[in-house]
Amino acid sequence: MTLDAILFYVFGALALVGALAMVAQRNPTYSAFALILTLVSLSAVFGLLGSPFIAVLQVIVYAGAIMVLFLFVLMLLNVKAEAREKGSGVPFRLLGVALGVVLVAEMGSVLAAFRHPLAGDFDASAIEVAYLLFSPQYLYVFEATSVLILAALVGAVALARRDPAP
Amino acid sequence: MSATLIQHALLLSLALFAIGVVGVFLRRNVITVFMCVELMLNAVNLAFVAFSRSWGTLDGQVLVFFVLTVAAAEAAVGLAIIIAVHRNKDTLDVDAFDLMKW
Repeated sequence: MTLDAILFYVFGALALVGALAMVAQRNPTYSAFALILTLVSLSAVFGLLGSPFIAVLQVIVYAGAIMVLFLFVLMLLNVKAEAREKGSGVPFRLLGVALGVVLVAEMGSVLAAFRHPLAGDFDASAIEVAYLLFSPQYLYVFEATSVLILAALVGAVALARRDPAP
Repeated sequence: MSATLIQHALLLSLALFAIGVVGVFLRRNVITVFMCVELMLNAVNLAFVAFSRSWGTLDGQVLVFFVLTVAAAEAAVGLAIIIAVHRNKDTLDVDAFDLMKW
């Protein structure tokens, strides 16, 4: 086994542990920290899979910006741990877990059948990704994304404002 | 780096997505539910990156870029909605959010 493969399995396992810890936690603040562990491990996995640009974006945007936003809201709202299960909605929860199992079976059967010879090494540096991003193929989608961000920005400010506009 | 590793990356992506789905069903705190959605988006990103590596094209990575921006916009708007609802309801329990239920 090469060093790449060993690192891949180590960080993949860390990502799984973080995800499980996140779902198992009752306290949302601990969940957020567990999710940060998952995101950073996934960033390492992205790097090992030959996408350094996405790996860097993952740390900056996800683990940096988005998770800080989550923690900020958690602190702002002074969230306490979830109360113990009151017994309501248990059948629905069981149904949810059963549907999750069905989903895993379906997607697993598809993904396990995936066979494709590995492509040779390719240049995935930030500049190559940027070239493709600004190529005619994706340019309009990229511009639409900026409109989406602007709409989200205005929407977030309007929603979280204390006094609605008269 | 081998084709087996790509397959294992896809299975890891599946496992993370499934954990996210189960979390959405099991957790009651709306912020934790939201974080589970982020986890599912990340699992999809992992699948994109694995396919990109497998085919040797960069289109998968460009799609991950778009997923990232959509996730950031979604987090900003979603958390603003959570703050607004918390101001009125004073709770974060998803079962209490029944304003638009018939």
